[in-house]
Amino acid sequence: MIQFNRFVLDNGLRVLVHEDPSTPMAVVNVLYDVGSKDENPEQTGFAHLFEHLMFGGSINIEDYDEPLQRAGGENNAFTTNDLTNYYCSMPAENIETAFWLESDRMLSLAFSEKSLDVQRKVVCEEFKEHYINKPYGDIWHKMRELAYKKHPYRWMTIGKELSHVENAKIEDVKNFFFKHYRPVNAILVVAGKVSTDDVKKLAEKWFGDIPMGEKYNRNLPQEPEQEEARLLEVKADVPLDAFMKTWHMESRLSKGYYVADLITEILGGGGSSRLYQSLIKEKQLFSNLDCHHFGTTDNGLLAIEGRLVKGVKMEDVEKALQEEIEKIKTELVNEAELQKVKNKTESIIAFEDMSVMSRATSLAMYEMLGDANLMNSELEKYQAVTAEDIRNYSNKIFDEKNSNTIHYYSKN
Amino acid sequence: MPNRTEAPKIFDAVELDLQLKPVEKFTLDNGVPVYAINAGAQEVVVVEFVFFSGNWYEEKNIVAATTNFMLKNGTKSKSAFAISEHFDFYGAYLNRNCYNETATLTLHTLSKHLPKLLPEVATLLTDSIFPEEELALYKQNQKQRLEVNLKKCDFVANRLIDEYLFGFDHPYGKYTSISDYDALQRDELVKYYQEFYTKGNCMLFVAGKLPTDIQQQLNNAFGALPLNQNAKLHIQHTQEPAAVKKQHIINDANGVQGAIRIARPFPNRHHPDFQKVSILNNIFGGFFGSRLMSNIREDKGYTYGIHSYIQNHIHDTCWMISTEAGKDVCQATIEETYKEMEILRNEIVDEEELDLVRNFMMGSLLGDLDGPFQIIGRWKNYILNNLDEQYFYNAINTIKTVTAEELQALAKKYLNPEAFYELVVV
Repeated sequence: MIQFNRFVLDNGLRVLVHEDPSTPMAVVNVLYDVGSKDENPEQTGFAHLFEHLMFGGSINIEDYDEPLQRAGGENNAFTTNDLTNYYCSMPAENIETAFWLESDRMLSLAFSEKSLDVQRKVVCEEFKEHYINKPYGDIWHKMRELAYKKHPYRWMTIGKELSHVENAKIEDVKNFFFKHYRPVNAILVVAGKVSTDDVKKLAEKWFGDIPMGEKYNRNLPQEPEQEEARLLEVKADVPLDAFMKTWHMESRLSKGYYVADLITEILGGGGSSRLYQSLIKEKQLFSNLDCHHFGTTDNGLLAIEGRLVKGVKMEDVEKALQEEIEKIKTELVNEAELQKVKNKTESIIAFEDMSVMSRATSLAMYEMLGDANLMNSELEKYQAVTAEDIRNYSNKIFDEKNSNTIHYYSKN
Repeated sequence: MPNRTEAPKIFDAVELDLQLKPVEKFTLDNGVPVYAINAGAQEVVVVEFVFFSGNWYEEKNIVAATTNFMLKNGTKSKSAFAISEHFDFYGAYLNRNCYNETATLTLHTLSKHLPKLLPEVATLLTDSIFPEEELALYKQNQKQRLEVNLKKCDFVANRLIDEYLFGFDHPYGKYTSISDYDALQRDELVKYYQEFYTKGNCMLFVAGKLPTDIQQQLNNAFGALPLNQNAKLHIQHTQEPAAVKKQHIINDANGVQGAIRIARPFPNRHHPDFQKVSILNNIFGGFFGSRLMSNIREDKGYTYGIHSYIQNHIHDTCWMISTEAGKDVCQATIEETYKEMEILRNEIVDEEELDLVRNFMMGSLLGDLDGPFQIIGRWKNYILNNLDEQYFYNAINTIKTVTAEELQALAKKYLNPEAFYELVVV
């Protein structure tokens, strides 16, 4: 059970405090409710580029990193399709430094041309390092475009193409900031060796006078139900053929999410999972294999992907995979197998909750989803899943009409 | 209205009174030493065997790594699947890793499941059989994985720079080829297993919220195994550094980035310069605010990241600068790196920067000591390197007291371009 206190400033900033006197550290986590799904389709990659710019100086403070490091602190940030999250930790004595830095960059950035110019280049190198200069690096770009026709999950957080990042203008940066980076669209979590009273005072002092801004009302085009299976064939300069198939699954808070999460564990979680045992070990069709999902806020994708053993034919892989899918659609999982994946989930949650930073980030994410308290009922929701649920949802998800497949062939 | 133009007062992290929680030590009936840290709020534990069975001890390439990998791929009584199923059922993670001197077998689990898991770990040390069909599958899949990795410039660069520094016949310098997998024989693994695991030398590290009977549980499971009965082998390896210091390799004609590695030999932790150089390294390229990051990423935008570090070896080691940069700015990146070395040699680090680095390192140490797994990790590093807690307190003292003059003298001693190997792989 993760305990926390919650209050809201007059400007709409939601503040959560998680006291943990056992650590000498304090953690400050600021989540902005904006991700790459909120981007203009002609300017993708912007939310993530913006995350970089948040370190390029704010209205009263030239440099974010230096004063934090001087206070013995460390920080980082990440952007997903759904959100942008900034976190830092420092000796608890110096927590006010984090309030000063985070509030000033929420008040306003400096909007430096130099910072924009450099970070455009840095992000382009990041793009190249992870998605161009790596074998199979473009497979998820292609899969997203195949699986989503309307919803903005159809592009990656890094952006659809390099030119979108290269063409970003300072005016776009300003507009984006004042639209999304307002107190009313943000969640502040403070955790570690702190008291709620102190945090209240500090929050009022540093964040209280920032103009509220307008609540951003998301109105994203929803992905229509898919009506026929899609297949894309690719040829690329890679050593081995690869296979990827995805199916649409339910959104983060629906029951179907929890069931789908356990389905990925049954199929692909660890050395005793079904696909690993059948497709890698017994039939030796794949040399490696993954079954996972992204846990996105809106309807997401459940994916199975792997590289084929040399000489294996794509149609044999399809057929063997289909047999496993049929099995989970028709036969009830037995008690022991269901218990196994639930035990695993219990264990994952316990290990995640070890770090105060991870607890702070989780609280912010659940608050964004509607209520930080959801964090404390996760395990129950997994425990409530039955063998019938697994079968029923498998039938719903693994409908061929709901699927997208990539055959990624080696040119060599 | 708060005054936003002035930074809040800070407590200087150098004033922190950092303490390393003492490790408890006890010995199993067979003489295996156990180091334990009992701390934390979550009901989780880690139990880690460290064997002196890394590739330092093998006579043929990848025998050590393959033996380690296949520990859980079949015993006299259980198939690979049944073993995985047992650990998976309890939501536990059983990992193994092979390093240069050591190889590990690591269990992460909720404390309550230990009694069901420890006896299974023990059978992996006595009853593993290395089935032929498991080995064949391993070879096939590892060869394919290697083929993919060889397409990546960073992977290729990491292998080559180690070879240049230590020579291919040294454990730190050698790497794996497809033919090494083809040449592997099952009986070589069995022999290595018997000598270096079943009758091997090892230590145990445990941490987390430990059950009160942890000693008894460990002793019941492992105390009667034939471990630590023979003296540890002492093997020497000769280094043969490359004669040519600069290399430029085209691995992928269509590559858009180059992997740059610039490295020089460096002594191990027992050398009197080591701790001071760690601070110099921080200034140079050891954290986000370092000179290399500020110049090459934050000013020029040549790369997503550039780092320098001292490799974590027990014997002689090396000082390495590592980055991936745009193909057309690789040369400029290398030049800027040497320019930063030159500045550190010629100009004294000012007090403001040095203070920042002192505070940053202290704050970072405080964070690194937060949690039982982190604390045991630090202890493990000390113990394997033959150091004690005095090393920790010396490190802190060095952070607090090292002078800018001392750092400049070290820069003059070590940061000379002619001492560095330089490699670009596109």
